[in-house]
Amino acid sequence: MSTPLRTPMPSGSNPPPEQPRGNPDLRLSVEQASYVYAPNPSQAPLFTLEALSFQAKPGEIVSILGPNASGKSTLLKLISGALEPLSGRIFLNGFPTHSLPPRIRAQRIALVQQESRLLFPSRVWEFVLQGRHAHGHGLRFVTDEDITVANNALAQVGAAHLSDRWMDKISGGEKQRVILARALAQQPLLLLLDEPTLHLDIGAQVDLLDSLRRLAAENRYTVLVVTHELNLTGEYADQVVLLQKGKCLRVGPPASVFQRDLLEHVFQAPLTVEMTSSGRPRVTLFNKE
Amino acid sequence: MRPLTLSRLFLRCGVLALILFVVVVIALKLGAVQVSLYGLGRDLIRVLLHQSSGISTDYGMIVVDIRLPRILLAVVVGASLSVAGTSFQALLRNPLADPYVLGISSGAAVGAIISLMIENQLSFSPEFAGLITPFGAFLGAAITIAGVYFLGRREGQIDSTTLLLGGVITASFLSAIIMFLMSTLAGGNLRGATYWMMGSLSTLPAKSLLYLLGIGFLVAEGAIYTTASDLNLLLAGEKEAMHLGVDVRRVQIVVYLAASILTGLAVSVSGAIGYVGLLVPHAMRMIFGSDHRMLLPAAAFGGAIALVIADTIARTVVAPSELQVGAVTALVGAPFFIYLLRRRLS
Repeated sequence: MSTPLRTPMPSGSNPPPEQPRGNPDLRLSVEQASYVYAPNPSQAPLFTLEALSFQAKPGEIVSILGPNASGKSTLLKLISGALEPLSGRIFLNGFPTHSLPPRIRAQRIALVQQESRLLFPSRVWEFVLQGRHAHGHGLRFVTDEDITVANNALAQVGAAHLSDRWMDKISGGEKQRVILARALAQQPLLLLLDEPTLHLDIGAQVDLLDSLRRLAAENRYTVLVVTHELNLTGEYADQVVLLQKGKCLRVGPPASVFQRDLLEHVFQAPLTVEMTSSGRPRVTLFNKE
Repeated sequence: MRPLTLSRLFLRCGVLALILFVVVVIALKLGAVQVSLYGLGRDLIRVLLHQSSGISTDYGMIVVDIRLPRILLAVVVGASLSVAGTSFQALLRNPLADPYVLGISSGAAVGAIISLMIENQLSFSPEFAGLITPFGAFLGAAITIAGVYFLGRREGQIDSTTLLLGGVITASFLSAIIMFLMSTLAGGNLRGATYWMMGSLSTLPAKSLLYLLGIGFLVAEGAIYTTASDLNLLLAGEKEAMHLGVDVRRVQIVVYLAASILTGLAVSVSGAIGYVGLLVPHAMRMIFGSDHRMLLPAAAFGGAIALVIADTIARTVVAPSELQVGAVTALVGAPFFIYLLRRRLS
């Protein structure tokens, strides 16, 4: 078993840019955050994410759930700090995510996207070491600590044996785990995943979510997963943020969000919701006829 | 895991420096006038010891006053073009990017020609006038990159095929402007269209310009090198680099300005020599991998070696006449470009 990865807080060499303004006891706090996409101010907006709020604690898995074009990815971009909210605030450990300098942001927030495009081939270990960029200085020659962290990260996602392979010569599921390992090598407080199960078969999906649950517990990450997978959300999330057409309809544990009428309305499909013996909701879709 | 260490970096650079030295010595020896290795070594040591007065032989003068400055010019121009190519490939995330192919060299040439014309019209002191040409070339290069960059964008993203097409068309358009300027406004010191479009190292620039070239090269290369580890991440895309902690905007501005300076300086002293910035970075990537901390210095040495060899070929194969060095690099570079393009498409 590998050692936990997370360090307590960004070290003394990287002082926070300003004093915390939000509630520092909460890991992530989204407070009435909203966003509008508009080509220019005089035209009608193409998409609006209405103000929404929720909080997340260390070790928690939050699922941002909704059909296509519901605003999931916009919310993820706001939380990652890539976009600035039009109104409201998003705090990570009391600091607004958008105003953190890129380097400090990358020490605290790691984002796992669907696919990483490679221009020139690189080895798996080189790719994972990219996660150490925000922790290094100058030319960033690799330190012993970097190597330990990268090896642990690969071990934690069960990909230690891939270390010397080429990135373009491994399978989709293996690549997904390596991308996750790079995010772990960032030693973040907040782990964001954008549709992580999209190209994975069912076995790999369960593997990935099992690892996420274990990592959230071991390393005290707060994990946010954007997805439209109902059953994986029901099985793995501690909290669900349900979105539809830019509106947040419900926030809460899966058992309270997974109500038949509500889900049928959001996903426009007839379905049933039943509770499993573990107290987790399970959704079954059936034909419209 | 075998990450790059400082000692391995120095070792590899040392080997490349040694190869460059050997190539320079061979280039000094080759030419219309035969030079013995002994005489060459003796004269080089005298130059290094600032005892040039001791060199009296005719061939010594040829070596020290004619061949050596030309070879040193090839060293700096080759290194500049190669580092500029490596930078453009990272900045535009396109392995086929090259100052010549994208029309950036032609843009620098137009800038240089216009500055020469302005110099002719206004009466500056010679020292000041000498600095206007490289500045004009820098502006020409910087404006052209910005233009090609916007031509290459589709739906907010850089599209590599559109970018290459945009660059090729820009290059052809700017060549037409060079021809137009040359045939309508030809003055005494405009050097001729072939010089600007094919490049040549046969005219040694003024001393002030040579110093500027050397200092500009070191500053620009140094500035790009400070972003070497950021460039590694930028290859994966701007958004991804940002999420990994790269200050993307700062890196882009530094590399954009520094690569424009390198191209502008190189073109203002040697015209538009093509394909060095394409061929050399690719060869170095095959040998040393795509880590920019190693690739950038390797490209500098490799570019210097390649251009010294190309120029030696240019001035010896049809002796006593001379080929344009740009013709030599294009003879090798253009087929290589097609090879890379085919490999990418398959």
